[in-house]
Amino acid sequence: MIDLHGYGPRLLEGALITIELAILSLILAVVLGLLTASAKMSRNWLLHRLGTLYTTIIRGVPDLVLMMLLFFGGQIGINMFTDMLYAHYDIDIFINVNEFVAGVITIGLIFGAYMGETFRGAFLAVDSGQIEAGRAYGMSHWMVFRRVRFPLMMRHALPGLSNNWMVLLKTTALVSVIGLSDMVRVASEASKATREPFTFMIIVAAIYLLIASFSEWGFARLQKRYNVGFGESH
Amino acid sequence: MAVTPIPLEVRNIKKRFGDTEVLKGLSLQAHKGDVITLIGASGSGKSTFLRCMNLLEQPNEGDLIVHGEEIRFKETRHGREPADWKQVVRMRAKLSMVFQNFNLWAHMTLLENVIEAPVHVLGKSKKEAVEHARALLERVGLAERADYYPAQMSGGQQQRGAIARALAMDPEVMLFDEPTSALDPELVGDVLKVMRDLAEEGRTMIVVTHEMAFARDVSSQVIYLHQGVVEEAGPPAEVLGNPRSERLKQFLAPKH
Repeated sequence: MIDLHGYGPRLLEGALITIELAILSLILAVVLGLLTASAKMSRNWLLHRLGTLYTTIIRGVPDLVLMMLLFFGGQIGINMFTDMLYAHYDIDIFINVNEFVAGVITIGLIFGAYMGETFRGAFLAVDSGQIEAGRAYGMSHWMVFRRVRFPLMMRHALPGLSNNWMVLLKTTALVSVIGLSDMVRVASEASKATREPFTFMIIVAAIYLLIASFSEWGFARLQKRYNVGFGESH
Repeated sequence: MAVTPIPLEVRNIKKRFGDTEVLKGLSLQAHKGDVITLIGASGSGKSTFLRCMNLLEQPNEGDLIVHGEEIRFKETRHGREPADWKQVVRMRAKLSMVFQNFNLWAHMTLLENVIEAPVHVLGKSKKEAVEHARALLERVGLAERADYYPAQMSGGQQQRGAIARALAMDPEVMLFDEPTSALDPELVGDVLKVMRDLAEEGRTMIVVTHEMAFARDVSSQVIYLHQGVVEEAGPPAEVLGNPRSERLKQFLAPKH
């Protein structure tokens, strides 16, 4: 039996933090991705520009740099804001950037940009006749989206989404640099203390692999569901 | 005497794409039971005209009156648009369209396609919608195909299914946009037969078509369009039997 030197429970907690972080970031990224795709497909000039600016910045700056910028820069920004409140309005508050929230926001922001591109491509791949039929039968914009565009789009988006999710899952390891005790940070502390890095890292690797395999199974089921009516996917 | 509003009236519809005016002031009145066929060469504007009737295309000018209710428009930066989309949604639910490429929703079975708008747009109960849908599928000869997806059916079956979907709305007017043009020749007959039956039972229909036999036998009025204007219009015996303009004569002449 592998000796974890008592780090077992903390490692498990770390794994839970990783999973929570990944899932919440995914939700944020999907919402941002849908909004970005809509903005970039919009005929509104400002929305279109904003969407493009967002994806250009995010895709052009390394994830690690973005994360530190948002975490430390965010704290500085909030401090400036609270100082201003104190100086002008005599309101005295202190807000500390929470590592977990900062992690979710950063990862969500990063992957929102990638998802935006995935969704945009997938929306454009939907046959316009399908949407026209919805409009012609009296569906509102929202109903056409919900009943026709979204389900048809998902078929095209899922392969890209599943890819993004796998990368996102692994990107959560970066939050250890801002001090969040995810499983990578726990393992790295344990490695230093026990001088058995291999033991802890192999466990972490196995947990990531386990989550990834489980996700692949989940995505395969989703793919099957959204492929209904299109025969087998190849 | 009580006046029943006529199902569909369009007045002086004009449509531009960029600098090209494709519809130059077209009008039409569809009374109850009318079968109006729109014929003309490709590029004559007949499909665009039909698509203006349910606002899949926004006409730049002109009025649209559906069952006595006039559609309100407003001018925006992007051109003329309906003032009230809720009104458009309501009006579209009264006009069912049958498309050239069928456009059955690919992710739904045939039965789901037919009950979709009655349930989600008209707010019918699912049970009632399913009963109605099964009767309609029986009628177009597709009772056995209810649980098939569009991709599993032939073009002719899909188009008959699309007609069932249109009928499920109990529409005031049915709009057909070249319903047989995408079909293999041997599948055209079944679809035309369904349409003839609908005409016989007194459905109000506006049909863009290249099927001259259908236009001659079934329609109450034929409109021949050329470059966005009505060149000739009237009963089929007149327009098709005794064309006045040289262009229409040429259009109707058998092609070799």
